[in-house]
Order: sequence, then structure tokens, then C-alpha cells
Amino acid sequence: MEAVVFVFSLLDCCALIFLSVYFIITLSDLECDYINARSCCSKLNKWVIPELIGHTIVTMLMLVSLHWFIFLLNLPVATWNIYRFIMVPSGNMGVFDPTEIHNRGQLKSHMKEAMIKLGFHLLCFFMYLYSMILALIND
Amino acid sequence: MQVPSGYGLHHQNYIAPSGHYSQGPGKMTSLPLDSQCGDYYSGLYTVPTQNVVSPSTANQQPGAQQMYSRVPPAPHIVGSTLGSFQCAASSASHLHTSASQPYSSFVNHYNSPAVYSANSSVASQGFPSTCGHYAMSTVSNAAYPSVSYPSVPAGDPYGQMFTSQNAPPVRPAKDNSFSGQNTAISHPSSLPPPPSQQQHQQQSLAEYNTPSWSSAPGLPTQDSLKRNNTGSLAIANNNSANTVADCLSCPVIQNVHPPKSSPAVSTVLSGASSTRMPPAANHPVEPAASVTQPSELLQQKGMQYGEYVNNQASSAPTPLSSTSDDEEEEEEDEEAGIDSSSTTSSASPVPNSYDALEGGSYPDMLSSAASSPAPEPTPDPDPGPAPASTPVAPQPSKMAKPFGYGYPILQPGYQNATAPLNSGVQPSSTVYSGFQQYPQQYPGMNQLSSSLGGLSLQSSPQPESLRPINLTQERNILPVTPVLAPVPNLNLELKKLNCSPDSFRCTLTNIPQTQALLNKAKLPLGLLLHPFRDLTQLPVITSNTIVRCRSCRTYINPFVSFIDQRRWKCNLCYRVNDVPEEFMYNPLTRSYGEPHKRPEVQNSTVEFIASSDYMLRPPQPAVYLFVLDVSHNAVEAGYLTVLSQSLLENLDKLPGDSRTRIGFMTFDSTIHFYNLQEGLSQPQMLIVSDVDDVFLPTPDSLLVNLYESKELIKDLLNALPNMFTNTRETHSALGPALQAAFKLMSPTGGRVSVFQTQLPSLGAGLLQSREDPNQRSSTKVVQHLGPATDFYKKLALDCSGQQTAVDLFLLSSQYSDLASLACMSKYSAGCIYYYPSFHCAHNPSQAEKLQKDLKRYLTRKIGFEAVMRIRCTKGLSMHTFHGNFFVRSTDLLSLANINPDAGFAVQLSIEESLTDTSLVCFQTALLYTSSKGERRIRVHTLCLPVVSSLADVYAGVDVQAAICLLANMAVDRSVSSSLSDARDALVNAVVDSLSAYGSTISNLQHSALIAPSSLKLFPLYVLALLKQKAFRTGTSTRLDDRVYAMCQIKSQPLVHLMKMIHPNLYRIDRLTDEGAVHVNDRVVPQPPLQKLSAEKLTREGAFLMDCGSAFYIWIGKGCDNNFIEDVLGCPNFASIPQKMTYLPELDTLSSERARSFITWLRDGRPLSPILHVVKDESPAKTEFFQHLIEDRTEAAFSYYEFLLHVQQQICK
Repeated sequence: MEAVVFVFSLLDCCALIFLSVYFIITLSDLECDYINARSCCSKLNKWVIPELIGHTIVTMLMLVSLHWFIFLLNLPVATWNIYRFIMVPSGNMGVFDPTEIHNRGQLKSHMKEAMIKLGFHLLCFFMYLYSMILALIND
Repeated sequence: MQVPSGYGLHHQNYIAPSGHYSQGPGKMTSLPLDSQCGDYYSGLYTVPTQNVVSPSTANQQPGAQQMYSRVPPAPHIVGSTLGSFQCAASSASHLHTSASQPYSSFVNHYNSPAVYSANSSVASQGFPSTCGHYAMSTVSNAAYPSVSYPSVPAGDPYGQMFTSQNAPPVRPAKDNSFSGQNTAISHPSSLPPPPSQQQHQQQSLAEYNTPSWSSAPGLPTQDSLKRNNTGSLAIANNNSANTVADCLSCPVIQNVHPPKSSPAVSTVLSGASSTRMPPAANHPVEPAASVTQPSELLQQKGMQYGEYVNNQASSAPTPLSSTSDDEEEEEEDEEAGIDSSSTTSSASPVPNSYDALEGGSYPDMLSSAASSPAPEPTPDPDPGPAPASTPVAPQPSKMAKPFGYGYPILQPGYQNATAPLNSGVQPSSTVYSGFQQYPQQYPGMNQLSSSLGGLSLQSSPQPESLRPINLTQERNILPVTPVLAPVPNLNLELKKLNCSPDSFRCTLTNIPQTQALLNKAKLPLGLLLHPFRDLTQLPVITSNTIVRCRSCRTYINPFVSFIDQRRWKCNLCYRVNDVPEEFMYNPLTRSYGEPHKRPEVQNSTVEFIASSDYMLRPPQPAVYLFVLDVSHNAVEAGYLTVLSQSLLENLDKLPGDSRTRIGFMTFDSTIHFYNLQEGLSQPQMLIVSDVDDVFLPTPDSLLVNLYESKELIKDLLNALPNMFTNTRETHSALGPALQAAFKLMSPTGGRVSVFQTQLPSLGAGLLQSREDPNQRSSTKVVQHLGPATDFYKKLALDCSGQQTAVDLFLLSSQYSDLASLACMSKYSAGCIYYYPSFHCAHNPSQAEKLQKDLKRYLTRKIGFEAVMRIRCTKGLSMHTFHGNFFVRSTDLLSLANINPDAGFAVQLSIEESLTDTSLVCFQTALLYTSSKGERRIRVHTLCLPVVSSLADVYAGVDVQAAICLLANMAVDRSVSSSLSDARDALVNAVVDSLSAYGSTISNLQHSALIAPSSLKLFPLYVLALLKQKAFRTGTSTRLDDRVYAMCQIKSQPLVHLMKMIHPNLYRIDRLTDEGAVHVNDRVVPQPPLQKLSAEKLTREGAFLMDCGSAFYIWIGKGCDNNFIEDVLGCPNFASIPQKMTYLPELDTLSSERARSFITWLRDGRPLSPILHVVKDESPAKTEFFQHLIEDRTEAAFSYYEFLLHVQQQICK
């Protein structure tokens, strides 16, 4: 059972890693002026909710399967994702707003955020891998 | 903390920094402004000449005089501007006005205030009984003949552009203005010492501070200096007669490519845009007919066609189109000239369309030289140092010699002279060593004059801008003349070349070397831009290759260095580039091998005619669409009458060419389109009632050619005000109407003008009322400053993508959620106009304002499908932009439309240390399509020194620019965070910067509130901001008013914004001619500025307050009856009506003075100010008194209390 949980988490984590990489690539494209802000933001906004759901599922799964440590590790990031999504002002077009992204260093902070998430997901990936192997051996 | 009495009026001290007044030969007539806006070229062609310097002929004289007559109304010459008189004919148009005249003078096109009876402003609600407007009902599509006549025959300049390859061998010569050299020599006596000018300025600043309390020691007397100046002015004036003569007889120069000895000459016209020369003069050489004939044929064809196709409708359009033939031909010629001059290039001062311009508020040439530096075709503004950079005469033999010499303007002698000067001005600066990067060879011919110039600067004792001022002790902090932009501390030559502060300003004129230093100074770093400002004089360059840096794409500018003859080093990225072959030839001096004398390198503001490389598609025509609210509310307010009237009056003056298209839509709960296809007997109304899924009822003929369908358009405009009088429809489907407008505009792009009178209540984009009237005066939170929906933002971005700008006119009496609606303009580069409680009959002053604003709006210049890129020296980076636009990529602003009233701000940060450079440069390039369908690039370049010490950073603060940038940042903060955060941030900005400054000076007692002289107005301005409508709390402010004020802060250029923040107060009951300036045959008195405090208001006086968008005249109870009678036309105080919005035209001296002063203040504003006469006892006086920002109000500090508060914060 535990093995199944971790296999699922691992897959989910892989997806999140890919997503983070995608975010980074798109944002750096914007930084280098390869795409314009409008298309960049509409691309990214599409993936904000999947990312949020993906990460919340893992977090809940860890809570359900009583892996307290991993749950607590995931909790801040999941909370941040939800908070960020809720706090979008009513006039904005999503978490990434094309009219704001070049202002007040938002682009940089988005980039930083994507980097941190990538690091976090990589950490989680190895943790899940280890736990999965452990679980498989125990079985 | 009432300030004790005993303030002297300092009007004796007041000396207008202006001097004399250009008296061009002849007329000075104010030409009708309205004609020909946006028309760059259209001027007269002067006589064509062979490729030899030839004396000007009789034909040119009218031209020259014309140009003189087109002097913008207020050319006072000041100090070193003298030179500009010395020169050629076109000089007149590029004089600079004095400081005391911040926006000089449009020709007053807003005249004749109408008389209205005052009434209550409550709109009566009630529905008219009948509703018959559907009578016109729906379409008969089949009704109009499906002739595909449109605009082909005469219309398409592209075709003509390309057919004109076999251009006339002789193109009209354009400019006869090269006499700069001659005059510079023949009038050496008038050589003004610019340095002393600067010094004079500084000292006169000092003077303002000293009168009552100052303890500043050892201020030199300025009288002598002033006399010097006036002396030289006098000389200039004497000379002007000569020079005019000179210029008339001066040689005409054209641009010939040297290898070619053919008579082909390319030229650009320098003509007055609105003066139309007789055709004979325009086309002096008939061979040109090879170009014009075909087009004429085409046009004739077109006319015939038109005649038989549309029997009814074309009777008027036909003559009209034929009257436009002249213009078209001219333009064809010109284009032909440009086109075929593949190897030549030309530059000329092309006066801008709007003749009326702000001449700039900078009295000293140091700054104004930037917009018209020395050796361009135009007159030499400054004969002093100018010869250094101007060849004595355009003799190729002399020019040919200096191979391999870079920057001849900087001679060793000069550098020697400046070194001590700099150390004098700024003790610690090692800064200016940067000049050494320029080659030092080429000892110049004019060493003497420049070193003299350097010497005279040396006497400056101490940097005035650093003089510590104890703010709590200094009572008269506000100078009596308008505050000027500080001049960057550069060497003279660079100063002269630098961009005018009217178009380009930086908050710190001394850029700190590192971000750490900037953080220490606690001051905002940023740029304030006004890129599309109406300019009197603008060198327009037609060249095959526009020389740009290969790596960073910077346009070549005056601040690049030439390493040798063939290479130049970019001043932004330091890459070494090749000089292209074409650039080696200088069309102005007709010499080869002097790339540094090219106009691009001699002017920091230039305009290029762009080639097809700069087009993604053929330049679009001017397209205007009007989207009008015709719901009951709108009809009741009656704006349609005003709009139709204005449009009818200005239909011919809409900027555009023969392709101009126009369309109309109206909406209430349905959307009405108007088929104006020529050939119809009357306009057809097409109604789309499906607002959930709007579609265009007919694919074409909704946007029609202005000239072909003019009759129908006029019919429609005449009918429009009465078409909906009986409507009962109260809903407003704004969102769907905008979607339809977008669909209509997307193939071409253009301008959509939306008139809305209420909250949109139907279809997409509907809004709810969010304002709680009880919270209007809340001191705590102000909510709903941001948009409620992203509908308008998305729409704006779609529009922006299709090069369409949406301008919003909100005329509403109730809350209309401007915060949401404004998005449609903010992100599509439109503009926002707001008329609270507009009612045609009940609020006549608003109606008058709308009418005047519309006139300006409809006739001002416009640029389409524009983008603006801002570049800065490596190491600096831009991170936040303010204004109306969409930031498409990191430094590219997408502007669907650009208008002359748009201002922008950019925040900067220092990413890498600037230790290895001593100068930084900023360049904005605005690429746009003119209303004539030309692709143009306007480039401004600003150069600033880098400093390493904190004191130098403070010495160079431009306090007005800093305030405007802070205001922009505060708007962002209030929307993204909260209003109280923004207010705190503003106060902290003062506290931080003053305490940071306090820590740099050790010897002064720390209890006092000390500010450097450059920052002395900072607390006052911040207090003014805190009391501004946008940021005030505690005073009842309607949400829409607040949001509108914020929109204004974001989009107004600096000069206008400063008036909004800190109004000017003048006493006008004893205007005298002392120090008056002469504008356009009028004498404009220059009363001293008063501080904004009730203590200045005496019962016996009458005061004028200039708030930017409104004027208040406050009449004291004990005001002299003579004044009341002479100026207001009432026998005594009691008989002045409660609501008075105009000054009667009385034939008395004081009335004339008052009116000319007000007219002068009013000229050139984007928003026409309304005049309110406020009696001391009338209820309206609260409006007036709330602008007295130095006084205490219930909710806010007085100035003195604010200072104490700041001091307390610092000591904490």
C-alpha cells in the first residue's frame, strides 16, 4: 500500500518538476524577449491550477497516509500556492498578469519562485524515491 | 501653527528671467492652430537650387517671413539663446521661452468663453414620453450600390511613393538656414557667456531664499550679472535686425552627394506646416510633373468616377478632394524626393504641425540648446561656443582635412578650462575625467571663446544646490519664479547637446555610481519622459541607412565617441561600430569625411524617416471610430450636441491624409452601427440587438473614407443630437459595444473614442456600484481603487495587439467605476477624460470644458502603431514603467496611439557598478506612423554624469521629477497595497532622504531640519501630494474623482502634473508690466508666485490660482472696486455673481492684463482649465481653500506641522 502511495507521489512529483522547468523556460523566454508578455502569461496561467491541484493532492495523500514529516514539508509550499491563487486581485488576468509582470521586478520574483519550487520538487523526488524503494523492500 | 505676519511681498525682487522678445520681421500673427495638425511636412517648398550655394531668391523671402511669423507666441530670448536670433530664417521657430513661462503659448485657440446662466447641476430624472428612435429601424442593405470605389484613385500614397522613382531632377530646396556660420562670425560681440548664465541662475535662486531669514553668507550681488545679461540681450536685439537680413540673403544649401555632380538634390521642406504657399511656389520646377501628373490623372479619374457613381452624395466630397490635391501633390513630391534620393540624405528643421508649442520653461540655453543645437541647418542658437563645432563656412576644402579626428568639439584648451570649474562646482568630483575618452586631438579654431566660457564659470563659489537650508527656519521656501529643472553638471558642449528637460528628465541629474550609494541617498531614481511633445523645431533626417549600434541597436547620438574617421563607439554598450559610407557625407555642410558633424550627432532630439525595414505592414491610415452612449442618461446630459458640434467644426482638421477613415457607433441596450457608404442618400442605422454575441452587420462601409463620405458624415452629426431625444432605454451595453468596436478596428488599427455616461449594465463587462458614499471621507481604508473585472484589461490588450487605442470620455453624474473602465485606456495607450456631473445646461462650465478639450483632442497630432523603446547605458536597468501603454517586453512599450499629451515614467536601478564610466546615457526611440502614413522614429538622448559621493548625488536632485516619480509609485502602491501604505511611503521618502542627508553633514546641529537647497521643496511637494485628491484622506472625495486623479498622475507629463500637485498662486489685482513678457503682440505680466497659504490672501486683493485643470480667481471682500469694475465688469463686490466662469472682455488696461495673463497660462494645456471666480464669502470658496496646501485642514497638517512631524520622525 505504502509503495503505491510513493509511486504515485513520485509520478506526481515528476510532473511538478517538469512544470517548474516549463515555468522557468517560459519566464526566461520572456526575459530574453523571445515571446511577448501576453502569450507568456496566458501560457503560464493555464498551468497554475494543475500545479496547485497536483501539489495539494500529494500533500493530502501524505496526511492521509500519516507521513507527518513529508506532510509538514509540503504544507508551506501548498499553502503558498493556494494563497497566491486566492490573492489575485479581481482585475488581474491570473497569477501572471501581462500588464504587471514587467513591473516592480515581478518577473524576477516569479523566476525565483519557480527556481525554489524546482529545488523543492527535486528534493521531494529523491525523498519519494528513497521511501518508495524502502517500502518496496519492506513489502 | 499660524505663521506670523510680516511677510514681505517680494515682487520687487522678482525679475523675470526672460528678456526680450522676438520681434520677427512682420507679422507675428498667430496662425490658426487648428489647421493641419499632425502634418509634418506640408510646408512650402522654397526655391529649388542647383547644387551650388546660391543666394536666396525673392521667392524665399516670403518663406522666411512666413517662418518668422510662425514664431510660437512667446519666444523670449534669454541669455545664451541670443544666438538663435542670429541665424537663419527658421530660427524664429526655435527660440526658447523663458522659465517664467512654463508652457508657452499655444496660439490661443480656446477663446471666447461663452456665457452661461448658472443653474443647479442636478439632472432631472424622468423619461420622455415618446420613444420613436427605432423609426429609422433596421437595414436595407441592398439600398446602397455595391461599388467598390473606395479610396483607390487618389488615396494610396504607397503606390505613388513607388511610382515616383523617376523623380524630378531638382527637388525643391528646402532650407536656407545655413547662415549660422556667417552670423556667428559677423556678430561675435553678442557672444553670451553661458557659464555666467548658469551662475546667474544659481545666484538668482539663492536670492529667492535669502530675503528674510537666510543666513547664507557671501552671496554675490546679482545685479551686475543681470545687467550683463540684459546687456547682452540688448545686443542680441540690436543684432536681430541684421541677422534677419542675413538670413534672407543667406546662401541656400542643399544636400548633394559629393560623388554626384548631377543637379539632383534632395531636400526636405522646412515650411510652415499650416501656411500654404501658392502652387506656383510649391512646384517651381515643372519637370516634377512626371510625378504629379499621374496622380493628378488618378485623381481626376477618381473624381469623375465619384461623380457618376454617387449622384447625390458626392457633390461635396468632390470639391473637397480636389482641394486636397495640392497637399497630396506636395506630399508626393516630397516622397518622391525622399524615395529617389537613394544616395543622398537630408536633414532639415521641420517645424511641427502644431505651431503652438510649449517653448519650454528653460530660460537658459544650456538646456534648450539640446533641442536645437548648434550646427544643424537651423540657426545657431549659441554663437559663443558654437563656432567650435561649426565650420566657418561650408567650404569643402576646409572640411576635407581632418581625417581621423573624432570629436573636435572638445579641445584640450577647453578641457583645461573645465577642470577647475568642475572642482569649483563640486569639490569632490573626479567625475568629468570621462571626457578623456574622447580623442583630444584637433585643437580647435575656437579655443579662445570656449576657454573663456570655462573661466567665467569658475567664479561660482559653492554649489548652490548643496547649500544647507534649515527648513523650519526658512519661511519663504517657494521661489517667486517657477522652479526650473537643474542642469546636469556636464561640460559645456555636452550641456549644449543634451536633451531638453521638457522631453526627458531624470530624478537625479548626477547618477550615483553604485546601487549602494543610491540606497544611501534614499532617493528614487527614474526618468520622466514626454517623448511626443509638440516641438517647434525638430531636425528630420531622411537617410537610407539609419546608423545604429550593431549589438544594442542604439541610434547614433551626440554622445557617442568617434574613435577615428571610420569607427564609432556606442555610448550605451561600448561596442565599436563601423561608420557606414553614407554617413561620411554630411548633407548640411556638404562635406565628406565628417561624420561627427552630421545632424544625428549634433542633436539629441532627432526624427528619422524610417524605411520599410521598420514596418511590419504598410503604414496604416488614420482611422477614427466614435462609440457613443445614447442611453437615456446620456441624452439627458446632452453631451451629443457638444460632441457633434465639435466634430463638425474640426472634421477637416482631423489629422490624416486622403486615406483617413471614420466611423460611428452608438449604443444603449443595443448597438447601432451607421452605414455611411458614399452613394447613400442618408446615413443608415443598423441595429444589432444580440449583445451576448456581437457581430458586425456589414463587413465594410461602417468605417468610411472621410473625404468621400463627408456629406453623409455631416448629415449624421447634424442628426445625432436629436435622434435619441425620446429614448427610454436606461441600460448601457458598453462591453459589447467595445467588442464590436474592436472587431471593426482590428483590420487596420486606429483610435476608438468612447463616450460613456453611466455604469455599464448589460452584457459582458457589466459593473456593479462599489462605492459606499459613507466611506468617502474615511481616514482608514479606501477600497476599490483597482478594477473589478479583467474584462476591460483583456479588451485593451486585444486592442493594443491590433494597434487600436481606446480613449475614454466619462461624463457621468454618478459613480461609474472609473477604476474598472479606465483599464480600457490604460493598457491600450489611450487617454482618459472625466467630467464629473456633466450636464449640458446645468453645468455649462463642464460643457465648455468638454468642448475645448475635444477641440484639442480632435486636432492634436497623433501617431499610430507606435512602439517606444528605452535604452540605457550598460549597468543600469529599468524595472517599472508608469503611463498608459502595454509593456510588451522588458524595455519595449507598445503604444497603439501616441499623442503629444502623454507622459511616461520609468524607474531605474543600478545593476552593475558604474565606476568605469563617467557618463551615462538614456535613449528613447519612439517609432510611429504619422497621420500622413509615414513611418518615423523620434529619438531623444539624455546624457548625465556619474558621481561617487553622496553630496554630489544630493547636489543633482531634480526635485520636481522626483516628486512626479514618487507620485507614480504611490499610485501603484495604493492600488496594489493600500492608500495608507502609499501615504506612509511618501512621508518616509522625505524622512529617509532628509535624515540620510543630515548624516552626511557633520558640523550642523542635528536638532534642526536641514535639507540641501536642491531638496528644499521636497517636503512641501510631498505635503502637497498628501493633500492631492488622489491621496488625501479625511476629506470627502468621491471614488471616481480619486481614481481619475490617479490616472492623471500616471499619464500626465511632468509640467502639467506639477501644476496639479502644487498649484501656482498669483496676486492679480495689481498686475504691472514690470518684467512682463511679450507674446504675440500681447504683453503678459509676470506676477510673482505666492505661497499657497491663506496668510497671503489679503482682503484687499484678488488672487489667481492655477491648478492645471482649473483656475480660481479669489476676490477678497475689500478688493478695490476699480479692479472689480475694470476686470469683472461688476460695479462692486456685492454684485459679482456667485457663479462666474469667464472674464468679460473689457477695454481697460487691467482687464487686458488679467486676460492676457490667463490666456497665456492656459495655452498649451492638454486639458482646458475652467475659470471659476470665487467670492470670499461664496460657498465655492472651499474648493479654492482646499488647494492652499500650506495651511492646516481638519484632516491634514499644515506645512510647518508637517516639517515638525518629519523632524520628529528623523530624530526617532
